[in-house]
Amino acid sequence: MGLPNASADLSTEVEVDAFRRLFPLRFFEKHLLESIRPDARPLGRARDTTIALGAVASANGSALAKIGSTTMLAAIKMEVMTPSMETPDEGCIAIDFHMPPICSPIVRPGRPAEAAPVVAKQLSDTILSSGMINLKELSLVSGKAAWMAYLDIYCLDADGALYDAALLAAVAAFSHLEIPVVSLNDDGKIVLSEEQGLSDNDPVNKEKRKVNLGSIPFSLTCILHKNYILADPTAEEESIMETSVTVVLDTSSQLISLYKPGGAVLAYTSAIQDCIALTRPRVKELQKILEEAVSGMEVD
Amino acid sequence: MEVDREDGRSQNQLRPLACSRNNLHRAHGSASWSQGDTKVLAAVYGPKAGTKKNENPEKACIEVIWKPKTGQIGKLEKEYEMILKRTLQSICILTVNPNTTTSVIIQVANDDGALLPSAINAACMALVDAGIPTRHLAVSICCCVARSGLVVLDPTKLEEQKMKAFAYLVFPNSVHSVLPEGSPSGQGEPIQNGIITSVTHGIMSVDDYFYCLERGRAASTKLSDFLRKNLQQQSTDSSKAG
Repeated sequence: MGLPNASADLSTEVEVDAFRRLFPLRFFEKHLLESIRPDARPLGRARDTTIALGAVASANGSALAKIGSTTMLAAIKMEVMTPSMETPDEGCIAIDFHMPPICSPIVRPGRPAEAAPVVAKQLSDTILSSGMINLKELSLVSGKAAWMAYLDIYCLDADGALYDAALLAAVAAFSHLEIPVVSLNDDGKIVLSEEQGLSDNDPVNKEKRKVNLGSIPFSLTCILHKNYILADPTAEEESIMETSVTVVLDTSSQLISLYKPGGAVLAYTSAIQDCIALTRPRVKELQKILEEAVSGMEVD
Repeated sequence: MEVDREDGRSQNQLRPLACSRNNLHRAHGSASWSQGDTKVLAAVYGPKAGTKKNENPEKACIEVIWKPKTGQIGKLEKEYEMILKRTLQSICILTVNPNTTTSVIIQVANDDGALLPSAINAACMALVDAGIPTRHLAVSICCCVARSGLVVLDPTKLEEQKMKAFAYLVFPNSVHSVLPEGSPSGQGEPIQNGIITSVTHGIMSVDDYFYCLERGRAASTKLSDFLRKNLQQQSTDSSKAG
């Protein structure tokens, strides 16, 4: 930043890629002046999003979600456990988020990424507080047996907006989840019924059923830079302009979370209102994509 | 419509605030902050030479270590560390001492609600005590939304659990300016209206959130005055000989 003249002279001679690496902020600002981003997106548009359900065949529910290049794989496995004394007719959900070294060059084995526990905790808070899953539905025999759902989300490619993609993958995995059939055997224990005709015991639940989802949370991360608001940043944008605001709205337009972890740019009320206004259409868009994916699975 | 609070406070009333600086002698700066029964100790060491591996050496780096009162360090502590780090990075002037690391250590002495806001306030006091150059200070407040839609400030732990939702908000401190044109502003609003950090928990409507912001701003002015009074008093009390 100390030699503006030098860079102005260089900018005519230096190649675009080199300029992008040497003066990343200037490179982005030149684009922002024209209200566009280097990948040709307008400022308020998110990247292309796809969801594929049933990516992991051995899991009870799974989904692969991609927002641009950011790829998240979510899988749910169900296990029977004894519910706690304080909540004898509620099940439990354990959410974990992993960033294996495959996702990014800054993550090395043995050195867990700084973002991983933070995103895991955020996801856990959002999913449990949004009321999407009623824990009472996960109960089997009150006080004796209930379902524990282990939701694991793996980041396969970290290209910005990790929380958005992870939340989408988690929600899609829950939409795909089918609770397996179990029955009570003679010892009073719950066992998985492999085939319905053969078992002598009464099945506790008649058939594989889907979980009823309440209102589903969807999110959008925006970056604030001077007076600009950029929706759905890539990893490059996130590293240069560090102030991000994540808005999580559910399908009934309630605010589940507004997360702004520090950052050099202060968010005034107008900026917050703009971010929420950008999130509303995105929620509808994501809801449509999820419904198309679910109905696509049911046809099969 | 009034909300009954167990300790008899009104909805906009904060718990008794107490803070002291220079508690620890080895630390370069230290502060203790308590809001009611929530008490947090903060210590600052720095600037120390060198930055960590993935950090930018052209700027000063801030490292936060959060120690809970009991139990092992888990995801909650890591999240609080990250939020505190990014909040403090936005208030410190990072270009003054490049290629240095300043460590901020937070020790929770007691948690009775509004823990993260107390920690942020304690960390700011400790930074001032250590003499780390900052642009302005951060004042932090917790606002809860009750089921009836009323906003209640500075909840205790029991209130946080009972309420529909709560939000931790951090604003820059209010500015008293000697210049005739008044305080610096961005986008036509005074700087203390901008949000540095916001972390919400639970479901609330968008209007509830904006209502929380208004209440939070009003309370942050009171907190700023408390901070200012406290810092001015202590700086006249401490002897020059040290």
